[in-house]
Amino acid sequence: MIRSLPNARTYTWSFNLFILCYFTFLFAPLAVTCILAFNDSNFPSLPWYGFSLDWFTSPGPERVGIFHDEQNLRSIWTSFQTAFWVALFSTVVGTCTALLFEQEEFPMKNGLYFLMLAPLVIPGVILGISLLLAANSAGTFFEDRFGIDIGLFRPSFWLVVFGQFSFITTFVALVVSARLRKFDRTLEDAAMILGATRLEAIGLITLRYLRPAIIGAAAVAFLMSFENFNTTLFLVGSEPTLPINLYLQVRDGSTPVINAISLLLITGTSCLALCNLYFSKKED
Amino acid sequence: MKSGYRLTLWLFLAPVLLWLFLLIVIPHLDLLLMSFRGESGVGNPVWTLQNYKNFFTEPIYWRTFVRTALYAVITTLCTFVLALPVSFYIAKLARPRTRGFLTVLLLLPFWVSELVRVYGWMILLRESGVFNYVLLKMGIIHQPVEMLYNDVTMIMGLVYTSMLFMVVPLISVMESLDDSLIEAAYDLEASKFAILRTIIIPHCKPGITSGAIVVFMLALGNYLTPNLMGGKNSLWFTEQIYNQFIASFNWNQGAAFGFLLLVLSSLIIWTGLKVTRQRLGEVAS
Repeated sequence: MIRSLPNARTYTWSFNLFILCYFTFLFAPLAVTCILAFNDSNFPSLPWYGFSLDWFTSPGPERVGIFHDEQNLRSIWTSFQTAFWVALFSTVVGTCTALLFEQEEFPMKNGLYFLMLAPLVIPGVILGISLLLAANSAGTFFEDRFGIDIGLFRPSFWLVVFGQFSFITTFVALVVSARLRKFDRTLEDAAMILGATRLEAIGLITLRYLRPAIIGAAAVAFLMSFENFNTTLFLVGSEPTLPINLYLQVRDGSTPVINAISLLLITGTSCLALCNLYFSKKED
Repeated sequence: MKSGYRLTLWLFLAPVLLWLFLLIVIPHLDLLLMSFRGESGVGNPVWTLQNYKNFFTEPIYWRTFVRTALYAVITTLCTFVLALPVSFYIAKLARPRTRGFLTVLLLLPFWVSELVRVYGWMILLRESGVFNYVLLKMGIIHQPVEMLYNDVTMIMGLVYTSMLFMVVPLISVMESLDDSLIEAAYDLEASKFAILRTIIIPHCKPGITSGAIVVFMLALGNYLTPNLMGGKNSLWFTEQIYNQFIASFNWNQGAAFGFLLLVLSSLIIWTGLKVTRQRLGEVAS
């Protein structure tokens, strides 16, 4: 049954086999995607025609590799910018949220805490449409009332940033809160007895202590933003992010250049995830 | 001293209030308001219940809604059935050294974008896909079979994409389960099934709840997987919302649909929490 008990051989082996099957199920689609990125074929499918780097480096015109694919490169760059701003904003506000709920007392605290958790249970699509509606209403209001046209309220880069920020902040707040709960508050008191103001104590001691959690949360926020699809779908303007751009291509038929992008994405995110994991392990 | 405390309180409170009210509360109130708006016969905006009436009178709308909810429940059940042995193996059967390795291995695919994972399945399963090629070569089938675009594949895709959110909470609750309980039951000659039913599952309840809530919500609100793996026949409710917004440009109708989906997901999550007597705050952390 468990490790410390005698187990029948068939039980152990069938369990091992099951786990093997499960991991195959988990990795098969990713592995096949990566392998087919190197197939010397015009379609992402078998048979295998031989090894080729065409879908990475070919300049065209027949096959356009990813390093020469203007449209996809632009969407990757857009995704990077979006993820950067989302990570920055959500880390700052998320850390404030954690400090607020762990260290401050104020009326209606429980209600606000519940509201702060709400983005966890709101489907991404709903967040997207409600922000789209609200931004549109605000845009119409400003135009009717003051006769000014504010680009921010139309589907655009910044609307995507705000849409992703609105729910990623909750994740950051939860990660930072978890570490803050282990923090010994007498350290802050000591600093304040020695003459530091509350803000100095937070800046010099609490934030220092929280740094690993904050960096980890920022990395997670970056990844979540980079990959977000549901919320972004409704807010995206003329600059599609990578997931949106890939979706449009996959929907309308695909070439192995998507496999090449997938391979880069898989390698990139795995590296970032492993680094994150390594550093968070080291801290414990 | 006192004024210093007030200052920091407002310093933390202000951004949080701005975030929650500008980006969460007001947009959702606007969603609710818009869902009650419509146009009168001559094109003037009026208050109306028409958008909700449409939902209940057009069978296609409410059937899609019920179907989506039902399939999300099935997805959650399948995920649980698959995740239980996996997490049990990692928490209780694997050697401590392989345990860490397996956990990392388990997490890795979920860092990769959902789109890439779905695309991988499309390459495997479609008519010109890898599976068909292999089966044809082996002579098992003689005609390529379209394995995409049916309900079974779609549910498998949904299970695949949300697996992790069931496995991780289950592993963490199982690690806190005292081995001696299982050993005692074993000494008293309890069957494996009895151990599972009376010891493991009751102990794992908090993990099961939080996993089930997240998986259910992700499946319900998913757009990519039903759209790409279920194809035209997927009839997922998020697609109806998308169609109202982007294709027919009927934002009021779309807002009504969105609000209904929000009510449904909140209701089910609330029921789940009530039944297992937990609070959202506990589940979230």
